[in-house]
Amino acid sequence: MRKCSKIFIVFFVLFFVSSYAFGLSDAFKKNIYDPGQLKPIDSKLKVKIGEKAPDFTLPSLSGEKISLSQFKGEKNVVISFVPAAWTPVCSDQWPGYNLAKIIFDKNNAILLGITVDNIPTLYAWTNQMGDLWFPVLSDFWPHGKVSEMFGVLRSDGVAERALFIIDKKGILRYAHVSDINNRPDLKDLATALEKLNKD
Amino acid sequence: MKKTSIVCWALMVLLLSIGLLSAGIAPPKEGGMLPEITLSTPEMPTLQNYLGITKNKKSFRIPEIKADVVLIEIFSMYCPYCQKDAPVVNELYNKITKDEKLKNKIKMIGIGAGNSSFEVDFFQKTYDIKFPLFPDAEFSIHKMLGEVRTPYFIGVKIKKDGTHSIFYSKRGAIEDAPKFLNLIRSKAGF
Repeated sequence: MRKCSKIFIVFFVLFFVSSYAFGLSDAFKKNIYDPGQLKPIDSKLKVKIGEKAPDFTLPSLSGEKISLSQFKGEKNVVISFVPAAWTPVCSDQWPGYNLAKIIFDKNNAILLGITVDNIPTLYAWTNQMGDLWFPVLSDFWPHGKVSEMFGVLRSDGVAERALFIIDKKGILRYAHVSDINNRPDLKDLATALEKLNKD
Repeated sequence: MKKTSIVCWALMVLLLSIGLLSAGIAPPKEGGMLPEITLSTPEMPTLQNYLGITKNKKSFRIPEIKADVVLIEIFSMYCPYCQKDAPVVNELYNKITKDEKLKNKIKMIGIGAGNSSFEVDFFQKTYDIKFPLFPDAEFSIHKMLGEVRTPYFIGVKIKKDGTHSIFYSKRGAIEDAPKFLNLIRSKAGF
């Protein structure tokens, strides 16, 4: 019976891997590497809602360095950590946020997109997404330092698929680490941003 | 013990079969038929009228749409090509609806692969899309259609006896609405 249970688990995993689906834009052609189904969450948050978010400075695609603290008193900040460039779900996440600029504008928010990839990789990858209105930051070196500060660096060195909202006072107001295999619904982020302005 | 083992093995075979089947589904082929797709009837009366589906029906199948031809766009609000092509798709819709001979013959629908109701509504409002869009948040329809890359267009001809056949199935943006409409008309035979 124990042997049967083991075989059953193997078949169960096979079932979910074989039926795994993601919607992929033709914009990326055949340049996407599919890592398959991954452990949903592989880290532990190090930040707490209601507390001050850790400040950081990272290089951006435009060449300038961006700090979280530079938005203090001016803008709410949404941080979107995605695991890696040229992977299925990540490639279809930021183009949606690019379209949803109005949701960010309406709530006086800026979006910072962060991955642990280096700048040249991010440049080539985000070029497929069209003109992004938000800064894309590289947490490549020291590798994953900012991801680690937030507690979203996975054991294999990539970031989680995570969203954070930091208000104008620099306080963390929303934290959501998604299953790495799935894209979070835009509705949750939109609702969290609207709630920010009501509080 | 023996009975439990048989049930266990039966379950495993069933799971693997379903998994392999869903992984191996090819995109719709011209000349073939659509898989059994069920869509929720839109709440807006204008969209119900457009589809010819009465509000009494909670859901419907694509061949039930009152038209000779249904054009299905598989899109995603997260897909840059779908975003770029949305105004061209709208142009195609306008061309069809402004043509007295075509407006009741060709109907258009969109299915948002992996998109929630909120995301589909957002896409619809952003581009002021007049034809019905349907969410497919769990990729269930997308899987049935062979997990095609987006945008993807499927043209279905609906016969008077209620049967149907696919006459167009292709990945990629429309890019040129008049040219695409001519192609659809010629492939559909009118």
